[in-house]
Amino acid sequence: MSNRITNILIPVISVLLGIIVGTIIMLVSGYDPVAGYSALWQGIFGEIYYVGETIRQVTPYILAGLAVAFAFRTGLFNIGVEGQLIVGWMAAVWVGIAFEDLPKIIHLPMAIIAAALAGAIWGFIPGLLKAKYRVHEVIVTIMMNYIALHVTNSIIRDVLTERSDRTDYIADSASLTSPFFESITDYSRLHWGIFIALACVFIMWFLLEKTTRGYELRSVGFNQHASQYAGMNVNGNIILSMVISGAFAGLAGAMEGLGTFGYASIKGGFTGVGFDGIAVALLGGNVAIGVVFAALLFGGLKVGALNMPLEAGIPHELVDIIIALIIFFVASGYMIRYLIQRFSKKGVK
Amino acid sequence: MGLMDILVILIPSTLLWASPLIFTALGGAFSERSGIVNIGLEGLMVIGAFSSIVFNITFADTFGSATPWVALLVAMVMGGLLAVLHAVASITFRADQVVSGVAINLLAIGLTLFLVKRIYGKGQTDIISEGFGKVDVPLLHKIPVIGDIFFSNTYWPPFVAILVSVIVWYVMFKTPFGLRLRSVGEHPMAADTMGINVTRMRYIGVIISGAFAGVGGGVYAQSISSDFSHATISGQGFMALAALIFGKWHPLGAMGAALFFGFAQSLSIIGSSIPLFENIPSVYLLIAPYVLTILALTGFIGRADAPKALGTPYVKGSR
Repeated sequence: MSNRITNILIPVISVLLGIIVGTIIMLVSGYDPVAGYSALWQGIFGEIYYVGETIRQVTPYILAGLAVAFAFRTGLFNIGVEGQLIVGWMAAVWVGIAFEDLPKIIHLPMAIIAAALAGAIWGFIPGLLKAKYRVHEVIVTIMMNYIALHVTNSIIRDVLTERSDRTDYIADSASLTSPFFESITDYSRLHWGIFIALACVFIMWFLLEKTTRGYELRSVGFNQHASQYAGMNVNGNIILSMVISGAFAGLAGAMEGLGTFGYASIKGGFTGVGFDGIAVALLGGNVAIGVVFAALLFGGLKVGALNMPLEAGIPHELVDIIIALIIFFVASGYMIRYLIQRFSKKGVK
Repeated sequence: MGLMDILVILIPSTLLWASPLIFTALGGAFSERSGIVNIGLEGLMVIGAFSSIVFNITFADTFGSATPWVALLVAMVMGGLLAVLHAVASITFRADQVVSGVAINLLAIGLTLFLVKRIYGKGQTDIISEGFGKVDVPLLHKIPVIGDIFFSNTYWPPFVAILVSVIVWYVMFKTPFGLRLRSVGEHPMAADTMGINVTRMRYIGVIISGAFAGVGGGVYAQSISSDFSHATISGQGFMALAALIFGKWHPLGAMGAALFFGFAQSLSIIGSSIPLFENIPSVYLLIAPYVLTILALTGFIGRADAPKALGTPYVKGSR
């Protein structure tokens, strides 16, 4: 069987396996899987409001997925999307509340760029340390996540507010909210951000597949030494990749700060979007279009899950279990590939 | 408030906060020394915390004051069991070890909250009745000054943790088993050539790491949080990983780092009531462990070098 088909089959099989194990878990713990999955389905497509909420959830997922995927194509594992997202969120809100009388055409782009910049800086540090000191980016980005969490909490508490748990709402001129979308989706929190996310999908595809720089980035991901001998600046590409990846993550934060919530608040823990971004990128095969499909799936699962306790009395964490299992199965692609090959060879005989 | 009063508050608190980190970091040492990255320590702590709390609530009447210790054994087994999943994925199926670890974390928190809601019908458990309470260490607390600071009004787990670190150091550096474990993490092909079963050693390393992290979670849940919810373990596992790296993948180094991180954590919580520390914004203390770990990796504070084969699956016959 051709490699291309196998590459598409692995995610599909993984999702199916995840759903099957989810069914088993529901059966074992005494819930009704049919009721569970139909509640999940209703929670995604049942009402136009849910559809709006799903697309809203998909927006940061796409960007977080792009962030992980982009770094991955250069051979880097950016676990720090979560931290880059948090600093992006805070930076966007900071700009959003700092100015009041700016026209929207200046204010909104400024807030969005601030988020991308903040995320980029947060990605630059692990990139630099990797390029200069050969420090593994996984560890550094994990540490940067926690630094981001505590630093933003402290800034929100002591700089942006006077010891309050959340900031004011951002000015209207910096907001991504869309009365039009809200009216057609029965007042969901769907906002304009989805177009930014889709634009970024195009940017990532174009940058990686159609430009010389993108060729270099991918080349470094395949083989650093070969790239070095071919005259490419490996260190520069590593740093650039982390910066762009961080910028995507920062934008994901802007979606939350300027679109969904309109403020930033003290966080006791992570948003989870950054870690789910790893799942999105992995399932999407680290390509731009794949990320969109994976984000749609996980966004749908996450939003649909909220309906499960209401209609079927099943804890919505079931979906988190399924997502984790899907990651396991995709990551264990070696095994699935092996089985597919065994299976198709038998077919030939 | 004199220095003595400060120490009497600060030292037991430091030890208390450090003990879950010590256990978990020691677990991490077993896994990483065998060549398997374990980002999943956080999730393994979650499963340990969950199972110890559930056991504690269910069997507190049966076991009385021994409950927390028996619960630790349960946490140990559960942590080991979850780690099997990480081992199968990353050793047998050659999955990316970081990805598998991330999946362990997501799975653990999803599964435990699912079960908490299934069993108790709400988002968090009740408070346990039999936790690790304050004790005076017999005999030692009578030593003047030192007894008051270190051995009075304190807790048992830290002392067990320190003792266990020494045992782990001995096992890892003074026994044939330890040598084999380290050899598959440094150069698996050489180890394989010498007749060491690389796959088996790595499985053992990962499963032990799960068991230790489970104990770490159990200690945290039964001495600090006293119940289980989504926020019980929030970053403890990653901080333990940081301690392991800051301690240069050495059991005693990891213990020292964990003690120091425990100090920073407890100071960030009780520091506001202590003169001298009250003016330090807690954010510096909160981020100190992570900043220091990055600096250590960069080589500014003594170079920390990972085991050579860390993160690479061993495929027999490949070079």
